[in-house]
Amino acid sequence: MSRSLCKTFVMLLCLLPLKGLSDTPDPSVWEQVQAEARGQTVYFDAWAGDPQINRFIAWAADQAQRRYGIEVVHVKLSDTAEAVSRVLAEKLAGNNDAGTVDLLWVNGENFATLKQNDLLFGPWAEQLPNFSLVDADNHPEMRQDFTIPVEGLESPWTRSQLIYYYDSEFLPSPPRNIHELLTWAKANPGQFTYPRPPEFLGSTFLKQALLELVEDRQALYEPLVLEEFARITAPLWSYLDELHPVLLRGGRSFPSSGTQMRRMVGDGEISLALSLSPAEASAGIAAGELPETVRSYVSDAGSIGNVSFLAVPFNARAKAGAMVFANFLLSVEAQLHAYRPEVMGSTTVLSMEVLSEQERAAFANVDVGPATLSVEALGDTLQEPHPDWVGALEREWVERYGAR
Amino acid sequence: MVPASAPEQSLVGGMAQRALRLAPWFMLLILLAPVVLGVGLTILPAFGYLPAIGGEQFTLKHFVALYQAPGLTHSVTVSLASALVTPFIALSFVLLFLAAASGTRLENWMRRLVAPLLAIPHAAAAFGLAFLIAPSGLLLRWASPSVTGFTSPPDALIINDYWGLSLMLALTIKEIPFLLLMALAALPQIQADQRVNIARSLGYRRGLAWLLTVTPALYPLIRLPVYAVIAFASATVDVALIIGPNLPYTLSVQVLQWFNDPDLSFRFMAAAGALLQLALTLTALLLWRGLEICFAAIGRAYALSGHRGRADGVLRGIGLSGVALAVGLSIGGVVALVLNSFAGFWRFPESLPRSWNLRAWGDASADIATPLGNTLMIGALATVLAIALVIAVLESEQRFQKRLSPSLILLYLPLIVPQIAFLFGIIVATEFLQWTPSIAMVVFAHLLFVLPYSFLALSEAYRRLDPRWAQLAATLGAGHWQVFWKVRVPLLLAPCLTAMAVGFAVSISQYLASQLIGAGRVPTLTTEAVALASGGNRSIIAVWALLQALLPMLGFMLALFVPRLLWRNRQGMRGSA
Repeated sequence: MSRSLCKTFVMLLCLLPLKGLSDTPDPSVWEQVQAEARGQTVYFDAWAGDPQINRFIAWAADQAQRRYGIEVVHVKLSDTAEAVSRVLAEKLAGNNDAGTVDLLWVNGENFATLKQNDLLFGPWAEQLPNFSLVDADNHPEMRQDFTIPVEGLESPWTRSQLIYYYDSEFLPSPPRNIHELLTWAKANPGQFTYPRPPEFLGSTFLKQALLELVEDRQALYEPLVLEEFARITAPLWSYLDELHPVLLRGGRSFPSSGTQMRRMVGDGEISLALSLSPAEASAGIAAGELPETVRSYVSDAGSIGNVSFLAVPFNARAKAGAMVFANFLLSVEAQLHAYRPEVMGSTTVLSMEVLSEQERAAFANVDVGPATLSVEALGDTLQEPHPDWVGALEREWVERYGAR
Repeated sequence: MVPASAPEQSLVGGMAQRALRLAPWFMLLILLAPVVLGVGLTILPAFGYLPAIGGEQFTLKHFVALYQAPGLTHSVTVSLASALVTPFIALSFVLLFLAAASGTRLENWMRRLVAPLLAIPHAAAAFGLAFLIAPSGLLLRWASPSVTGFTSPPDALIINDYWGLSLMLALTIKEIPFLLLMALAALPQIQADQRVNIARSLGYRRGLAWLLTVTPALYPLIRLPVYAVIAFASATVDVALIIGPNLPYTLSVQVLQWFNDPDLSFRFMAAAGALLQLALTLTALLLWRGLEICFAAIGRAYALSGHRGRADGVLRGIGLSGVALAVGLSIGGVVALVLNSFAGFWRFPESLPRSWNLRAWGDASADIATPLGNTLMIGALATVLAIALVIAVLESEQRFQKRLSPSLILLYLPLIVPQIAFLFGIIVATEFLQWTPSIAMVVFAHLLFVLPYSFLALSEAYRRLDPRWAQLAATLGAGHWQVFWKVRVPLLLAPCLTAMAVGFAVSISQYLASQLIGAGRVPTLTTEAVALASGGNRSIIAVWALLQALLPMLGFMLALFVPRLLWRNRQGMRGSA
């Protein structure tokens, strides 16, 4: 239906002149960027469904004001797609230098859309003074987002990995992989559920299940071939057909987010849940939302992990301010603050090897809580599939289960 | 003799007079232009025309795609059902309650209770209800395990249920106080007591007497509010997001999702969906009109049959218990919100949290400055602008003895046309005109809803004011403006303030107008509360919902106490309406 439309649309995009590049700040001259940033207001569009992340952003904004004289406004999104659609609409309207978004927390799928349509400013990320701390040469995931090369258009700020957490009071030995999950769920109906795709965590669960169920993962890391979709994903749908009847509410309603699942574990409504933050369980205990009996683990087949990035739209007004703020988020201090379970419990993107002895010790001294997995226990990271798959999986899911 | 109207002959007075004459037209323009323009701008992309994103030709294919969208039939069914069931139950309860309670002490109690209940915004009420009736909600906690035997929350689909029953319940308990207020305001115009007395002298019992003689006179006076309820129930977004079905969504929420899709080609489908929403609302109104005719016929036939009826007690029982249930659920919801806002860890089925803390309140106090400031500023500006215009229109009506009755229905267009159907067009326009979202734009969008409600709240009192006050003042030599400032405004201060409180409450409860027009850059208490709902942390939601309910409550309290303070030595002017 929309194929021809998309084509026309992409063609139109190519015709639009690239304006407003003349007065953009040059990230390689950092003093100049910092000077220009002073006094700017940075509209930071970021998903706001997690109060802990919101609190961290508020802290960082406060620091940015004090140190660099930048006012950071957290534009609270309930879905990142809103901001992407807005930037796109602005480009189409010929708004090339007065955009409403300065800095955007994007996932790989939206990054692919933005990059494909030339909606991003940059490259800038690798010129940030703090970028060297992530040691990208030894950590290739810092230069890839859902298999798409980042090419300096995004700056990393936190890591996530798909973990399970469970209440050990009700569930002494949780299922260790996707196959055991089904067996366990059948024996314990109503004890598990996952957020409704296209919610990010829900989509990640679909990808994780698919990665564990297919025989040949390679196809998932390549652009989607439409004719192959049905064949490759068939095991996933037959799996979900079996799983859904034994989910909470018999699969007739799904939670809207991971935070809602956390509440359900707290109430004892379900005993197994998912999160993209390895410190979710400890953070929940610290916040009094989860019982102290909660523990976490990852699938023994490895679990999907990714790096969260920040991007600057091509028409951002406060590009300098956005870069200075992104650089601050990469600083040891900000990363250390976010690392504390009572703040956000986020896994750092910094590479311990390149930090000083003192800085390493500071990270080691943080008490991550009993429910947080060590880096070793997090095990193998499975790479995110190519972004094509995300949209296709979400659409197929809605088609099959979203509307019966 | 000095002419009494001397001041008005001055240039300024003349201009003011002319402005006053134009006020009704100005108000209609403000209300109609955006709605008509917005719907127009939605029609074009629905039929495929939006050159900016590659739609150059008119086509019906987006309606075909819409028709094929998964779950659309069910979305439409739920929206339509909610549009008819909600007003039907709410109106039935209100009429049966009034039939049972009119002239009793209960009616007086209700008069006092109605304003605070009305002040709770829709979103806050929905959250409260959800916290009350969810499987892990307050009611089941209190009944477990002693009554139910549950030690963990039952796996029952209560909130977000497939048929939208919880959505309809939330809307019903919210609309009952609204319809009650409207009915209570209209009753004095129709000599209800005399009608009931005559019917009773003919041997009818009180409840039936009221239903048969008062309803036919009352209903035309509250028809517009009822239509507004139908339109709201068919197209609400915030309440449906919180408590409505999500597998699939209701039509309005689905349209919003398409609109926000990063694939802009979905905007054509969103536009087609918005038109479908408009058609759905109009269908609901037509079906309701059919119901009106049916019920009128049944009522007439019954009255003519001469039956005096035996079910009087049952009818009154339904009315009293229905309204009591709605009030109970509203208050229970507020209690649930308060408990949750202070709750620490709280495992099911414990009836109270294990620990209490101020964490959520503390967090909110750090974030509240901007949204609170925006909410107050937008609310105050929209309310003041609205009341000024409403008074100008009503004053012009008095002075030139011209009622705008035929065009009056147009005034309520923004309440009848689903928001999504015209806000959509307005957004597309602002995006392509490159207007940066600003507070002024949001105020203007709020005005579309604040104005009609303020007019609804003030017009009757203004028109009913005994004209002999003005005549008396004129015979004492006062000009038009003197009459206005020295007689009418003081006499009508109480209803004016009430109308402002209503307008303020309406402004605060706006979600879509703030979120879409403000593009997320103008956060208000309501947009923050709904954004946090996607998180699902109960304490935080509770705090924001309570804050959202607190402001309109303060507004109503001010409206109540200011006249009492100002006129503490003028008993007759303290007002109650």
